[in-house]
Amino acid sequence: MPIALFATCVIDQLAPNIGLAALDVLDRAGAKAAFPMGQTCCGQPFFNAGYRDEAARLARATVTVLEPFDTVVVPSGSCTAMIRVHYPQLFPADDPIQPAVDKLAKRTFEFSEFLAKKLGVTADQGRAPPLEPNRPAAGDGPVTVHDGCHGLRELGLGAACRSLLGGIGTEVRELADRQQCCGFGGAFSVKFDRISTSMGNAKADAIGATGAKTVVTCDPSCLLQIRGILERRGSDVTVVHLAEYLAQRAGR
Amino acid sequence: MKPRADRFQEKSHEALDLVVLQGSLQRTTERFVAARETASGERADWEDLRTRARAARAGGMAKLDLYLVQLERNVLKNGGSVFWAQDAAEARDYVIGVAKRRGVRLAIKSKSMATEEIGLNEALEAAGVKPVETDLGEYIIQLAHDTPSHFLAPAIHWTKEAVGELFTRELGAVPTTDPAALTAIARVALRHDFLSATMGITGANFAVADTGSIVVVENEGNARLTTSAPAVHVAIVGIDKVVAQFADLEPLLMVLPRSATGQRLSTYVSILNGVRRSDETDGPEEFHLVLLDNGRTQLLGDPEARESLYCVKCSACLAVCPVFRRAGGHAYGWVYQGPIGSVLTPGLLGVEHAATLPFASSLCGACRDACPIKIDIPRMLVHMRQRVIEEVERPKSPWSSWMMALAARVMASPTGFSVLGRMGYWGQRLGGKWFVPGPMAAWARGRAVPQIARRPLRALVRDR
Repeated sequence: MPIALFATCVIDQLAPNIGLAALDVLDRAGAKAAFPMGQTCCGQPFFNAGYRDEAARLARATVTVLEPFDTVVVPSGSCTAMIRVHYPQLFPADDPIQPAVDKLAKRTFEFSEFLAKKLGVTADQGRAPPLEPNRPAAGDGPVTVHDGCHGLRELGLGAACRSLLGGIGTEVRELADRQQCCGFGGAFSVKFDRISTSMGNAKADAIGATGAKTVVTCDPSCLLQIRGILERRGSDVTVVHLAEYLAQRAGR
Repeated sequence: MKPRADRFQEKSHEALDLVVLQGSLQRTTERFVAARETASGERADWEDLRTRARAARAGGMAKLDLYLVQLERNVLKNGGSVFWAQDAAEARDYVIGVAKRRGVRLAIKSKSMATEEIGLNEALEAAGVKPVETDLGEYIIQLAHDTPSHFLAPAIHWTKEAVGELFTRELGAVPTTDPAALTAIARVALRHDFLSATMGITGANFAVADTGSIVVVENEGNARLTTSAPAVHVAIVGIDKVVAQFADLEPLLMVLPRSATGQRLSTYVSILNGVRRSDETDGPEEFHLVLLDNGRTQLLGDPEARESLYCVKCSACLAVCPVFRRAGGHAYGWVYQGPIGSVLTPGLLGVEHAATLPFASSLCGACRDACPIKIDIPRMLVHMRQRVIEEVERPKSPWSSWMMALAARVMASPTGFSVLGRMGYWGQRLGGKWFVPGPMAAWARGRAVPQIARRPLRALVRDR
């Protein structure tokens, strides 16, 4: 059952440590994943900018690269939603690639979602089977969680991330108005930068109010936005991807 | 209202600089959201209601040609007249024609976005008819020569202090900031007009094909007076407002007030069936239904954006939208604001007149969750972006279109992608402060810039 990590262009170029951490955690969970070297970008930046043909070109390349794998894990809710929700509508129904697109949509999972499924964690279960070797997070202090909008609203994610954190004994302090967008939105973040940063600052205020010194998220783009805002404000709060958070604790 | 839907950037920046406006936008929208959540939360069957409300709207739209003709037949049977207006000018001319024939000097109006769309007030004034807005918010807007900034709460950008000053200046009222006192001042000022106007002009929330009924939902009683006191009632109704049958109103009248103001039922729901009958004591002698197209068939002809016409104008999507909450309504430049406005405005006016609006969204999807009709607004925003690119951008600048195509080609290849990444890395390192591309400068205005990794993930994996 070959598993592929589709790491996303953001992680590949801007935050490769998240990718290494994801590979590491998957490995420890008994789901060794490969990193297909042919992968690049899912095409979402083009799709959301209105460049449909260009998005389809990248989608076609991505589908082809991921075709040999039974399962694809993506450490980004947003890119998972692109593959699962938007790919199937991107091509004309009679395009020869359509069956492969539909097949990929069915076997692509967001990182926390896949891990929870793999480890048998459910939202109401509380403790997760530990990632071996594992040290409880006691003494690490509470964290807060930011849900990316596409994972939250297009895929219904959120519970898995919290269960996994709870499973290693991490206290999660929820954000006020936690479903609010962080303001990233791809090209929106630079095209409407004042609105985008205003949204980011509101998120940073909510983060500050929790008293947690760590923000955990499953979306690398939200991570860059929130980190950029916090850094500019001179905050001592760090933003990490769930994969990094888990890998650090598993490795101790 | 003249469309200026191409100035979103400039107008939203103006709004962001107004501290008072930001505060009142935040407070009002939060109140709307909380009210909707309470009112929808008390219905265990809320999801079912949404499904049924959507079915009612979709059903009407699916056989619009049939139902519009049926509506016309039944309005005629009820003693009314029907005029089919292809565009704003035809609608205006018809209303002015009726006003001239009946010698109307004063017309009272209840809140109507359709009349706002066609710029009826200016046309009436030019024709010697004085239009008076009777909805409190619209009354404030008209008195101040302002334009509405929210299709449900037109004066959402006004504070009670500013309204107090306006009433003192324009009406000679005793200065006050008490909302109840302000309402009383407007009520007294409007009473005379209600009693002396010979024409009442309204829009409609729904038009029912199988009964010929016009449905007007409101809270102030002004629409009830507007439709019953004057001798002539003119309703200007978008062709999208049609529902097939009377029973369709049930889910719609349940979800609309709950989603709009958090009310279980609006204070007044008027179901109007034509002219005064011989055994009735009030109601108009003449009833005119103006069926307004004004771009709607064009929007209906776009299968990807068609469902935007299911909108019942509750404004729930405005209240939850983080962009609307900051940009305010005037930034959207026309009658329909917020997420649904960013689909309707380009859809009705043509994408070339509102090319920025579909992009003014982070696509967070809060609007889709809030919509009582389950309209997939984010999907349509992306579709409108595609139309802007295909119909405006590509023809206008073949060069940038070619660059995007090239970028996709390069990025689709792992080698091209890697080279691009390394160019970015070295550009960032060597260019430093001297060479900052536009988008990065915009990012850097409020955020620390992320650094492109010295070694990308693919290189780190290869080395493992």
